[in-house]
Amino acid sequence: MTIRITKSQTGKSLLNQIREMSGIDLAVCYQCKKCSCGCTVSGHVQSPPSELIRRLQLGAGDELLTSDLIWTCVSCETCFARCPMGIDMVSVMDALRALAIKKKAVIPEGNIPLFNNAFLKTVEIFGRTYDLALMTAYKIGTSSYMRDTDKLPIIMQKKKIALLPSLGANRRTVRRIFRKIRQNKGRLS
Amino acid sequence: MKYAYYPGCSAESSARDQHSSSIAVARALGIDFIEIKGWSCCGSTPGHQTDRVLAASLSVANLILAKDMGLDIVVNCAACYNRLKTANYEVKNHPEIRKKVKNAIGRDYDGSVEIKHMMEVLLEDYGKESLQNAFTYSLNGLRVASYYGCLLVRPQEITNFDDPENPQSMDNLIRAMGGESLDWPYKVECCGNSLSLTTRSDLVVSFSDSIIGMAKAVEAECIAVACPLCQVNLDLRQMDIKRQTGKQYDMPILYITQLMGLCLGLSRKELGLEKLVVSPSPVVKAIAATVL
Ligand code: SF4
Ligand code: SF4
Repeated sequence: MTIRITKSQTGKSLLNQIREMSGIDLAVCYQCKKCSCGCTVSGHVQSPPSELIRRLQLGAGDELLTSDLIWTCVSCETCFARCPMGIDMVSVMDALRALAIKKKAVIPEGNIPLFNNAFLKTVEIFGRTYDLALMTAYKIGTSSYMRDTDKLPIIMQKKKIALLPSLGANRRTVRRIFRKIRQNKGRLS
Repeated sequence: MKYAYYPGCSAESSARDQHSSSIAVARALGIDFIEIKGWSCCGSTPGHQTDRVLAASLSVANLILAKDMGLDIVVNCAACYNRLKTANYEVKNHPEIRKKVKNAIGRDYDGSVEIKHMMEVLLEDYGKESLQNAFTYSLNGLRVASYYGCLLVRPQEITNFDDPENPQSMDNLIRAMGGESLDWPYKVECCGNSLSLTTRSDLVVSFSDSIIGMAKAVEAECIAVACPLCQVNLDLRQMDIKRQTGKQYDMPILYITQLMGLCLGLSRKELGLEKLVVSPSPVVKAIAATVL
């Protein structure tokens, strides 16, 4: 397979930025492709993990940040567990996500950043997750009101979702954590 | 035996049954679970996908509470287990992360709290033989596929739970209960995790279909799980699988603690069996017929 890449406009390849952020050196990857063979989602994305790494090795720039694997990856850690070179691909994916958001790359179907933000917002407010608020925010954000609603009656009947938020958490500490991290980074994501 | 019990957020919503069955099993065995007062969310997948220090700090806040109790932590949810262990690993191995976490929480933490999964407590601390003696009912050769999923066993450097490709803990529990634990290839496949809650739930349906399909192929009578996400994805999604592919699996998906509770003679109510979507009746009946 031929891989074509375009150099980053900033002149700084993503490879170095990823090394700075995650401490992981992708140069040691020798393309055995074990990661891609075991990857949960590789059959459903355009570029599996080993290809993403190859592109990075060749000096790919910001255009890589629109790669669908970045937001389809479920952090199942199979790639990391099986890599003969011990490459922690999960942390590389986390770094790519942070870069994609920072550089405002186009987010593919599913809008996982919106999901993540809604999730963390409920944690910031209540100290624990509150699925009902999370799902409402996400459904509004993605206009996917009808999706999976057929399961709502059984979810309600089986009490699989809490109607009220839990109030037992040490909310002071949790809020402090969010505040401090925003202070240090300027923003959360 | 005394532990600081970390329920995790799903204990209050989708996995109330995992929560109640573990508490009931612990009580029946005389193990003390003391819920960590003021526990908060571990950060889960959205935490680490968003910010490394945020993820570590949210977990460490709980580890500090357990440290103050002077106890090891016991966890049920595989995702919480993975996140808490990762936080320990981060502060132990990365001084700069430890410093940032200290700044975020306002207290230093050294990574010294021991984190155990419920299955580790049962097998390693309580002991397989003592367990065997405690059971009053048996699985009586019931064919069970143990499904570990991803976050319990991976990455091994961090979770250090059993073998990452062919774990045996759950299989050992099944055997201790007199069941036939099946050798099958999908025990550490991933169910699709939280994609289930997003508009990419189509992927979860296809993953669940292949996992349950494989369990069916080895003639499993039920699948045992240890993670709230795995349970919901395999149990609730059988409706979608039927609608999209016509396959009707009727495969009961039980928490390992629910199976253990049944073998200890605990009530359906305590074990939260009514919360399961696919009826566990065939399993319950098979066990009930076997008073030892
Ligand atoms: S398994 Fe490791 S060495 Fe092999 S292709 Fe993937 S990242 Fe590279
Ligand atoms: S962590 Fe992501 S990239 Fe790695 S195997 Fe799992 S889904 Fe694939």
